[in-house]
Amino acid sequence: MTVQASSERGGIDWVKYRPLLIEAAIVGAIALFLILVLPALLSGFRLTLMGRFLALAIVALGIDLIWGFTGLLSLGHGIFFTLGGYALAMHLKLPQPPGSGLPDFMSLYGVTELPWFWTPFYSFSFTAVAVVVLPALMAGLLGYVIFRNRIRGVYFSILTQAATIIFFNFFNGQQQLFNGTNGLTDFRTVLGQPIQNPGIQTSLYVLTIVFLIVAYALCRWLTSGRFGRLLVAIRDDESRTRFTGYNPTGFKVLVFAISGALAGVAGAMFTLQSGIVSPNTMNIAFSIEMVIWVAVGGRATLVGAILGALIVNFAKSLLSERFPDIWLFFQGGLFLGVVLLLPAGLLGWGRTQGVELYKQLMGQRRVATYPSLEEDPEVEHERKNLGD
Amino acid sequence: MNGKILEIENLTVSFDGFKALNKLNFSLDSGELRVIIGPNGAGKTTFLDIITGKTKPTAGQVRFKGRNLRAYSEHQISQMGVGRKFQTPRVYLNLSPRENLELACNRVKSVWNTLIRRSPIAERRTVGGLLETIGLDHKADMKANLLSHGEKQWLEIGMLVAQSPDLLLVDEPVAGLTDEETERTGDLLLSLAESHSVIVIEHDMEFVRQIAQGQVTVLHQGSVLCEGLFDDVQRDPKVIEVYLGQDAEHVEGTAQDAIRAELAS
Repeated sequence: MTVQASSERGGIDWVKYRPLLIEAAIVGAIALFLILVLPALLSGFRLTLMGRFLALAIVALGIDLIWGFTGLLSLGHGIFFTLGGYALAMHLKLPQPPGSGLPDFMSLYGVTELPWFWTPFYSFSFTAVAVVVLPALMAGLLGYVIFRNRIRGVYFSILTQAATIIFFNFFNGQQQLFNGTNGLTDFRTVLGQPIQNPGIQTSLYVLTIVFLIVAYALCRWLTSGRFGRLLVAIRDDESRTRFTGYNPTGFKVLVFAISGALAGVAGAMFTLQSGIVSPNTMNIAFSIEMVIWVAVGGRATLVGAILGALIVNFAKSLLSERFPDIWLFFQGGLFLGVVLLLPAGLLGWGRTQGVELYKQLMGQRRVATYPSLEEDPEVEHERKNLGD
Repeated sequence: MNGKILEIENLTVSFDGFKALNKLNFSLDSGELRVIIGPNGAGKTTFLDIITGKTKPTAGQVRFKGRNLRAYSEHQISQMGVGRKFQTPRVYLNLSPRENLELACNRVKSVWNTLIRRSPIAERRTVGGLLETIGLDHKADMKANLLSHGEKQWLEIGMLVAQSPDLLLVDEPVAGLTDEETERTGDLLLSLAESHSVIVIEHDMEFVRQIAQGQVTVLHQGSVLCEGLFDDVQRDPKVIEVYLGQDAEHVEGTAQDAIRAELAS
């Protein structure tokens, strides 16, 4: 009652914001660790990998937003990821200053004039906006058509897969426009600086972490308030939200677009650090991999999505080095194991059974009643006042 | 507000030729509480589906506050002031009762408003009051899937009230409740009827007796069989016949008596 009274009077209520401040402090500490300490611990090769995987964690957040919270299993995020990558790569491939020549691959195919849609990518600011807006628009458009017609569940997933195939074939086939299956690679400079310069690579690493934090904060904000609760409501019982007076279409389109934008940013940062973007990231397997990261980490837990992306990708790179022939089996096994044994993902398990296991190991008595009894305030009151 | 809040004329709904509702005529006065009864398959749930926009009429029309509902979709009809409670409680199980009520209570249900604006203090007060009314104030912040069946039913009624609709459609609110819960639900509905128009669909005759102060409508094979006070309706030979089936005369006397007793109890 006192808390309520003080918040009604206005003014900053520090008690209410404390959990949020603690969370911000933890995020800040992790970021500082990643930026300052980790480069000293890891070899240069591993650190580059870390940078790429942190970029992948951004798209994992997007998948978690649309799948974990809103219940829409998108198997087409490779499209948005790759679009973001291409948008940035097009800028990197254009020789500066504007008009001083064509991207190198074009001359191979006898192109003499720059295609019209390449021109705006001379501008870095246009490119920066396009990296976010292009995938968001594409996702919004695709989402609008699908959600307006009330297409849900597995049909939505199939449509996103179909869209992935269409985009893959398009980019694969356009040699004169996008260098086809080879993709865009061999970037030399970014903003006038040589891209292989160690200083630039470090800044890209730091920038990826900054973007990951911004993405995390955005997702936290979206999922914590009334909006986030409505997303869960749409996930659990969409038609009920209609009868309560909400039109779920707008909400789903917005979330899908935001999720696409996150994928675009991830694709751009990944492209910068790996030095190549090609239609390969639009193949269906990659989009499914993204879903696996989130499933392993834990659906509807943002931290789980990030952890899942890092764990699965590091496992993949370590295993593929040691067992180049059979590492794919490990990946399949990991996914099967998580689905069968830890349906809520690693983090979901940690929050429920994990806590219980820890208590048990520490010698605390195991609770043996129904969960609802454990949480029922009446039962708690009786236990406190009357004993067990 | 006087006059009819809901008018239904010559309403027919057919699914692949099967007429779930057949030339049904119905009207509800503003502020009235109406109970609709009828045997299984009489079209009661389709009737609610039509009013809430889930199903569109094949022929005929439904007017709510004088406006034809055909052109509107579910969420628009809900925003116009029609609230619906489902047969099995449909609450958001992964949200707490408080969050469930807050979602229903939200006045402006656009994407932008839901995203940017915090719920106003007035709404939070309403939610607090409702939690007390439905007896869930001490369980306000645990997940709704830990609630008992009766508590979920009450939470859903609470969500309905939070929407502050003009017309409440309540589908079998006491299915699966204990006698005591049933009586409390009846009292709650009666107090709601003082400020809302209410349509209750129910099977439980004991419960109908408790809440049916005015007219009772009997549906049969998609049409209105008869309307009247509960005492008159349950003595109506047509009603007894549809509850017994077509061969009323040939049914064993004991069974007939049992059903008659059920209707009269």
